[in-house]
Amino acid sequence: MTRPCITFFDLTLGYGGHPAVHHLNGTILSGSLTAIVGANGSGKSTLMKAAAGILRPIGGTCRRAEGLSVAYLPQQSDLDRGFPAQVIDLVSLGLWPKRGLLGRHTAADKALLARALSAVGLEGFDKRSLDSLSGGQLQRALFARAICQDADLVLLDEPFNAVDRRTVDDLLAIIDGWVAEGRTVIVVLHDHDLVRARFPQTLLLAREAIAWGDTQAVLTPVLLAKARQFQEAWDDSAAWCAPDDAASAPKVSTATPERIHV
Amino acid sequence: MYDLLIAPFADYAFMQRALIGSMLLALSSGPVGVFLMLRRMSLTGDAMSHALLPGAAIGFLLYGLKIVPMTIGGLIAGLLVALLAGAVSRFTVQREDASMAAFYLISLALGVLLVSWRGSSVDLMHVLFGTVLALDGAALTLIGTICVITLSLLALFWRGLVAECLDPLFFRSVSRMGTLAHFVFLGLVVLNLVAGFQALGTLLSVGLMMLPAAAARFWLNRVGPMCALACGIGMLSCAAGMLLSYHASLPSGPAIILSAGGIYLLSMLAGPRGMLSSLLPASRHRTA
Repeated sequence: MTRPCITFFDLTLGYGGHPAVHHLNGTILSGSLTAIVGANGSGKSTLMKAAAGILRPIGGTCRRAEGLSVAYLPQQSDLDRGFPAQVIDLVSLGLWPKRGLLGRHTAADKALLARALSAVGLEGFDKRSLDSLSGGQLQRALFARAICQDADLVLLDEPFNAVDRRTVDDLLAIIDGWVAEGRTVIVVLHDHDLVRARFPQTLLLAREAIAWGDTQAVLTPVLLAKARQFQEAWDDSAAWCAPDDAASAPKVSTATPERIHV
Repeated sequence: MYDLLIAPFADYAFMQRALIGSMLLALSSGPVGVFLMLRRMSLTGDAMSHALLPGAAIGFLLYGLKIVPMTIGGLIAGLLVALLAGAVSRFTVQREDASMAAFYLISLALGVLLVSWRGSSVDLMHVLFGTVLALDGAALTLIGTICVITLSLLALFWRGLVAECLDPLFFRSVSRMGTLAHFVFLGLVVLNLVAGFQALGTLLSVGLMMLPAAAARFWLNRVGPMCALACGIGMLSCAAGMLLSYHASLPSGPAIILSAGGIYLLSMLAGPRGMLSSLLPASRHRTA
């Protein structure tokens, strides 16, 4: 399980010519469990969007393994909670990659839906309307949808916001289950203690990668302090990033075998 | 009772044609209206109906009050505005409501200009308010065809449309079909407004699309049944409106829309998701 799942080559992402992620290099290995940590505005969600394939890079590439399927749970879902739908309708959207527009939902699919609902602790919720769910219940339903997607790579952007302790534990168990099944999981998180306890790999982001590698080596006081010192505001008079600057940015080839590039 | 409800349709062929035509239209545009409402584009139908005007006006000025040229003209103008507004919202930061407003106003101004240029105000009334009682065989065929096309495309794209409405960002992450589904849907809106053109005119064709949909929302909480109910409410409004129009000598288009409006008001008051049930104190509740 050491094939690359997703590789960033000199990846620059941004909005209106300003970088949100700047010259990022590195590889996420298949079957790994990685946390992305960083201050607000450090480019975490932007990176997730690029990995999900819904944001086009303004420089460099984001190469995904051949035939890689992705399940993406955004931080701010565009989900319309006023839409007249039941929990089962939302969860069965996860069958889209397999069934598409016209494929029939088979008995096996229905069994999968039931298993997914029970895995997230939402048995008996299938006919509940979306507008009657609490925030935590909705998050559980979105996890159930991700289970149904049966994806190789799961991207979770701050999945534990406004979720109680018990739900966090249940959802973490699902994440561990995904990793045990050989799936790759990337999670954006703010809770450093949780990352230290449960996530083997960490990418510390402050527009550029401050550090990336084994969590214990990344979440050190020195590196965390360094990550806090980036300039969050855009500077309209900032010089254009020249190709030379890009070449001098940290490259994956200069990193140690543990893939820490400081 | 027979005289009241059946005789007008049994005795007059034009009443039969009008009833069949408007009911086909209700069947076709009901589900389209439900999706418009669920995508918070209820007023888009109204805007689009105005956007048809210059195309229909050109057809009207060149060929008179004939359905084929007016329909083709309206279809072209409507699709053009839908495409431009949709493209602006997909590829720039401006949202669809703003771009739609801009393009439909341009289109409407052009249409009014064209109609006033050559026609009298009576002509304008014809274009705007329609002539359901003058439906001929060609118009019926047109409405029937549009009904079949609409229902087929809706069935084909159903899952995609629901996914695109429910969670567009998620849909974008699993499929590239969102944009296609959106444009197909906008095309259906235009097609149905054009179909309603002859029966109800530009101003009121949108009523048969939106009023049944809005009324159905007060009763149900699932998309499929809501579409079916909207069709039913629309067809009932057509029959009621035609009878009202016949017995009270009222113009038929407004009579149909007012019937639908009456059902909307009733639903708004009495529906399980309506005003009364939210204002009245709950009498009892379960323990869990």
